[in-house]
Amino acid sequence: MELLSIDQERVTAEWIDGVSRSLQGRISKAEVDRELRELYGALVDGLRAGDEDARGDGFSEVRALLTELSRNRARQGFTPSETAISVLALKQALEPALRNGSAEDTTAYLRLARILDDLALLTIEAYTRTREQIISSQASQLMELSTPVVKLWDGVIAVPLVGTLDSARTQVVMEKLLQALVDTGSEQAIIDITGVPAVDTQVAQHLLKTVVAARLMGAECTISGIRPQIAQTIVALGIEFGDIVTKASLADALQHALRRSGVDLVTRQDGGR
Amino acid sequence: MTVPWAPEAPPQTQPITQNDDVVRSRQQVRTFAQQCGLSLVEQTKFITAASELARNTLVYGGGGEMRAGLVERHGRRGVAAVFADSGPGIPDTDLALTDGWTSGGGLGLGLSGARRLVDEFFLDTEVDRGTTVTIVKWAR
Ligand SMILES: Nc1ncnc2c1ncn2[C@@H]1O[C@H](COP(=O)(O)OP(=O)(O)OP(=O)(O)O)[C@@H](O)[C@H]1O
Ligand SMILES: [Mg+2]
Repeated sequence: MELLSIDQERVTAEWIDGVSRSLQGRISKAEVDRELRELYGALVDGLRAGDEDARGDGFSEVRALLTELSRNRARQGFTPSETAISVLALKQALEPALRNGSAEDTTAYLRLARILDDLALLTIEAYTRTREQIISSQASQLMELSTPVVKLWDGVIAVPLVGTLDSARTQVVMEKLLQALVDTGSEQAIIDITGVPAVDTQVAQHLLKTVVAARLMGAECTISGIRPQIAQTIVALGIEFGDIVTKASLADALQHALRRSGVDLVTRQDGGR
Repeated sequence: MTVPWAPEAPPQTQPITQNDDVVRSRQQVRTFAQQCGLSLVEQTKFITAASELARNTLVYGGGGEMRAGLVERHGRRGVAAVFADSGPGIPDTDLALTDGWTSGGGLGLGLSGARRLVDEFFLDTEVDRGTTVTIVKWAR
C-alpha cells in the first residue's frame, strides 16, 4: 500500500511506458494511460481494504477491469504475454523503489508481487475464455458458410457438401435443406458429396435421415458426386441406399431431377449454332 | 496379435475421448496410408475402417486411444491401427460382427464393414475389461 503511494507518479509513468513499449504502439499511449491509471486506482483501493488474496472481495474492481482489458486484447489479436504484461510490468516499475527501501518495503513488495502474479494468471484465463468464444463462434459461422443451399432450376435445389460431416453439421445441412424446400417450393433436392473425403456409417446414416425427412415433405432427393473410391468403400461396408437415386456427377443428378419434375432437355438439331 | 511395426518409424498414439478425436484419428491414418503407398481406393477403405473403429471406441468403449503407424513383414509395407479401450467389452462377438446388429441406434455395419475393408482384422475383447481391435492393410 505504502509502496504504491510513495512514488506514485514515477511508478505509474514507468508502468505505462513498459506496457506501451511491449505493445509497440498497436494501442495508443493515451489508451494505455487511461486503462492503467484506472487499474492503479482500483489496486490501491484493494490494498487499502487489506485484502491479501487477488480473488478476494477487495479486488473485485481490479478483476473486473482486468477481465475487460484481457477481452479487448484477445479480440484485437494480442498474445497472452502481451496481455499479462499489463500486470507484470508493474512489478518491474516497482523494483527501483526497493533498492533504497527498507526491509518493510521488501515485505510489502513480496506481498504485492504475489497478488500481481495471481492477477496476471487471471488475465490469461480471461484471455483464453475470450479466444475460445471467438473460435467457437467462428466454427459455427464456418458451419453456416460451408453449407449453402443453391437453387439450380425452378423446383430443383442443391447442397454441395464439403469436408467432414459430423452430427452438428449434418443437423445444419438438414435444416437448411428442408427450409429451402419450403421457401422455394421445390420438389427436387440434390445432395452433392463430391467434397466429402470419406463416407462411413455415420455419414451414411445422416444422409439417409435427411432423405427420409425430405420425403416426408413431399420432396425427392438425389445423392450425387459419388467418386469411385467412395462407391467401393460404401459397397464393402455394406451400406444400402435402398431406392434412393445416386449419381456420379452433379450434372447427371440435375438431368435426373429435371426429368422428374417434367422438364424436357432437348438437343437442337443444328447443334446449337 | 503383435503388430510388426516398421523399425524406422515408431507408431503414434492418438487419444480418443471426444468427437474431434475421430477426425484426428482419420487424418493420422490417412498420412500413414499415403506413406506406405496404398492406392486411393485402398486408402479410402482403410481410413473409413479407422473412422468406424475410432467411433466405436468413443461411443461404446467410453473412450480410449489409437496407435497407428507403418508396418513391415517379409519386405512388404503396410499400415496398421490399433484401437484400445477399457470399456464394457463385447459379450457376443459373433453377434456384434453380424451385419445390421447394433446395441445403439447405428446401422450396425461399423465392425463387420471395417473387417471387410481391411486385409487383417483382430478383435480382442473381454467383458468388463475392454476391447482392442487391430487392423492392417498391405500395399500391393
Ligand atoms: N469398443 C466397443 N466396446 C463395446 N462394445 C462395442 C465396441 N465396438 C462395438 N461394440 C458393440 O458392437 C455393436 C456393433 O458395432 P458396429 O460398429 O458394427 O455397429 P454400431 O456402432 O452400432 O452402428 P454403426 O453402423 O453406426 O457403426 C455395437 O452396437 C456395440 O454394441
Ligand atoms: Mg459403429
